[in-house]
Amino acid sequence: MPAGPDGLTDSEGPLRCLRSTGARITRCAVVMAPTVLTACQPAVLDPQGIVGIAEKTILIDSLAIMLAIVLPTIAATFAFVWWFRAPNTRAIYLPDFEYSGRIELIVWSIPLLTVILLGGVAWIGSHDLDPAKPLASDTPPLEIEVVSLDWKWLFIYPNQRVASVNQLVVPAGVPLHFSLTSASVMSAFFVPQLGSMIYTMNGMRTQLNLRADAPGTFRGLSSHYNGDGFSDMHFDVHAVSPEQFAAWIASTRNAGPTLDPSSYAELARQSVNTNPFTFRTVDPTLFQQIVTQRLPPAPGPRTGRPHLSVSPRTED
Amino acid sequence: MLGKLSWAAVPFDQPIPLIAAALVGMVIIAVLAWVALKGWLPYLWREWITSVDHKRIGIMYTLLAMVMLLRGFSDAIMMRSQQAVAFQSSGYLPPEHYNQIFSAHGTLMIFFVAMPFVIGLMNFVVPLQLGVRDVAFPTLNSVGFWLTATGALLVNISLVVGEFARTGWLPYPPLSELTYSPGVGVDYYLWALEISGVGTLLSGVNLVTTVLKLHAPGMTYMRMPMFCWTTLAANLLIVAAFPVLTATLAMLLLDRYLGFHFFTNEAGGNVMMFMNLIWAWGHPEVYILILPAFGIFSEVISTFSRKPLFGYRSMVAATMVICILSFTVWLHHFFTMGAGADVNAIFGIASMIIAVPTGVKVFNWLFTMYGGRVVYSTSILWSIGFMVTFVIGGMTGVLLAVPPADFVLHNSLFLVAHFHNVIIGGVLFGAFAGYNYWFPKAFGFRLHEGLGKASFWCWILGFYLAFMPLYVLGLMGMTRRMQHYDVAAWRPWLLVAAVGAAVILVGIILQIAQLAVSIRRREALRDVTGDPWDGRSLEWATPSPPPAFNFAVLPRVEGEEAYWRIKQRARQQARLGEEPGYTEIEMPRNSPTGFICAFFATFMGFALIWHIWWMVALAALGAYATFVVFAWRDRDEDIIPAEVVARIDRANRSARSTALAQPEAAS
Repeated sequence: MPAGPDGLTDSEGPLRCLRSTGARITRCAVVMAPTVLTACQPAVLDPQGIVGIAEKTILIDSLAIMLAIVLPTIAATFAFVWWFRAPNTRAIYLPDFEYSGRIELIVWSIPLLTVILLGGVAWIGSHDLDPAKPLASDTPPLEIEVVSLDWKWLFIYPNQRVASVNQLVVPAGVPLHFSLTSASVMSAFFVPQLGSMIYTMNGMRTQLNLRADAPGTFRGLSSHYNGDGFSDMHFDVHAVSPEQFAAWIASTRNAGPTLDPSSYAELARQSVNTNPFTFRTVDPTLFQQIVTQRLPPAPGPRTGRPHLSVSPRTED
Repeated sequence: MLGKLSWAAVPFDQPIPLIAAALVGMVIIAVLAWVALKGWLPYLWREWITSVDHKRIGIMYTLLAMVMLLRGFSDAIMMRSQQAVAFQSSGYLPPEHYNQIFSAHGTLMIFFVAMPFVIGLMNFVVPLQLGVRDVAFPTLNSVGFWLTATGALLVNISLVVGEFARTGWLPYPPLSELTYSPGVGVDYYLWALEISGVGTLLSGVNLVTTVLKLHAPGMTYMRMPMFCWTTLAANLLIVAAFPVLTATLAMLLLDRYLGFHFFTNEAGGNVMMFMNLIWAWGHPEVYILILPAFGIFSEVISTFSRKPLFGYRSMVAATMVICILSFTVWLHHFFTMGAGADVNAIFGIASMIIAVPTGVKVFNWLFTMYGGRVVYSTSILWSIGFMVTFVIGGMTGVLLAVPPADFVLHNSLFLVAHFHNVIIGGVLFGAFAGYNYWFPKAFGFRLHEGLGKASFWCWILGFYLAFMPLYVLGLMGMTRRMQHYDVAAWRPWLLVAAVGAAVILVGIILQIAQLAVSIRRREALRDVTGDPWDGRSLEWATPSPPPAFNFAVLPRVEGEEAYWRIKQRARQQARLGEEPGYTEIEMPRNSPTGFICAFFATFMGFALIWHIWWMVALAALGAYATFVVFAWRDRDEDIIPAEVVARIDRANRSARSTALAQPEAAS
């Protein structure tokens, strides 16, 4: 039997995302998946991790800096249009007013100064929040390998030697280091409430560092269109306490299929709406084999040259 | 015999495209039958289809854009209604259909609405503003237009024969490679854009040469109207960027047709190269669209504020700075690909720097209105709507240029809202402003102001209703291109967006009504002077519609705002200048080269898509033969006798004299 966290939705109101305190680890979470999905609203403005919080701050700050220019500009537009309307004879009429060095200086300076300020924000922000940069922490990061498949997510825990599909269980408060690749087409891994997204590409490995600050369930999705099953390619992130995480690993090791090149080839076939499940053991080199293409890219809807049938649908 | 083509290609199981195509087909047949019965076919052939007159070609470009706008907007309505109903359900459009719709929507709106609209206006207006009789390469211009029409036709054929791409409007590999998209959809996309891309490049070469080389006496570069400058910048970008698009798509074609590995997963192909190349074209493309719109706003705001454009030199500098910088920012379309912090930061800052000249332009338009007498015409309503809307879109654009903000907003509906904010609020509003502004120049009567204003209000209200919710949805983590979803909180916003699309639909219906009513009441809306708005640049010095030769005698330009000076002098002296001596004028002969060439190109594209190799060979031969025949022509010019020139010009002079005697009626 596959295993997963359960009971996370019971105690919370509908508006907040979950920060379960009394979540228990039980078997057969699969049936819970649909309710968990709807209970949680992904929101960039409601970050639950250190990276997302920093990105929200930058987003709000940059917006505030620009609004300081944009709002007066909009107000001035309305004011000028109204005051200088043709029937208004009280307004001054300057039919030849076409140049003023002083105004030119100001109109070049205002956007320039704004951009210098924002450029500083962008430079510092890009370096602080570089997805590949490890998070400052005393705890060593948990390694997670992510493979985007058509159309589901595979999460490998290389040091724990287990894997899961379409659900990601992580310890809260522990830095997470993701290595990502794709089995076939490009996708993007994104958990809005935790922060940065990153592309996944076949034959390449991208990196991402995130952290869930407190226990909770967050929705993850593919944020890059990748074909007909795209809309169903989402998953839940269950951030649990480190003890619960250890318990989940232990229970996962006890049940489920094994993930090796042959079961991977089966998994890599196109399918939609795959229910979450786990693998009790994983070939530790599997991710490396995918990245280096020793395991070949996953097949598409039909292999070989184009066929007479022009609108091939995926068999699902 | 017919390659991959068989009856299986017609999607009999999908009623929506079939019924839509049947209706459109019937409308086309009805129009053709009506035209044929009225005996107008020879006229259409002689005066329009084979015309090499830049004004006629410009009008046809604009017409193509407006027709394609209806098709692209139908797609938009289907997308918005699908997302409105597809909460915890699959809606009414299955993914394989929905994915074609958003791909076709983007492709049509960019390549066959926005592009032909701005190219049409540039073609029509620029030679008039420069005070010349034609563009540099009239027949090339015609070829360019008809090849663009071929591309549009191919995209629309895909509706009933086969399928369109299901890859998004930019076919990112490996999804667009044969492995993952074995159908003909991507081939339709690729060949349509290869063919129309050649047309666009020809048009770009023609307009760059025209602006650089053809001028009325005294029309120096720094006396050109702003629209000519933005045309120059946009067409320089076309000449530099479109070959990149053509080459990139050609590489993908080689992958798909001949087993190359430019962008495949296997054998060393690299998808990141495609993304870099396509955006090396794609970002300049944004400015190819928006720069002409900036030019239109400059003309409209100046004319209807009754003032010269404020800070002309600043505007010229800003335009050319944007032209150059637009090639240095492409990477901001994929900050989330995992490039290092330095790379992301440098491209982020470069993108922000473009906001400086753009901001300068907004302030200069503002100061153009300062001290003016702003007349609330339909065109200036579009311009004011643009100024307010565009600064919001620009702001969200700069926000997306901050890499850490982009990390959480990329590919979301926030991004979709941003680029619709600048493309509708900038390019389309500009096109509509130009359409209302120059329509009387093209046809000799004004468009109905009341209906024009009503359509403006529907458009702007609909725009805010349709796209402001998408910003919110992006912040709520909704990504683009979702065929269905199960997050309850998204739904109210998607419903509001659908209402917005419906309001825009009312705006479009009002625009059609505006055109119909204006044609019916054309005598009441007639403008005989050729200068209905009290304009400032040389296009208003010609009769409306301008004769084939534009200017009976090329005007002498003595400063900026060439026509305003001529008009001021006439007003001071209370009479027009002396009647010039008329001479005969040589004009290029009409030529069916463009149309015939595009006819063959259509068959060639279709045959390439379906692997009908004998047809490819025949059509290629036909297109080549057309060029050879054209190259062998003996007579390429017609003479317009001096008496005809004199008659046309005297009629216009007398109307202008009458208007001069009654200044109230003129303004």
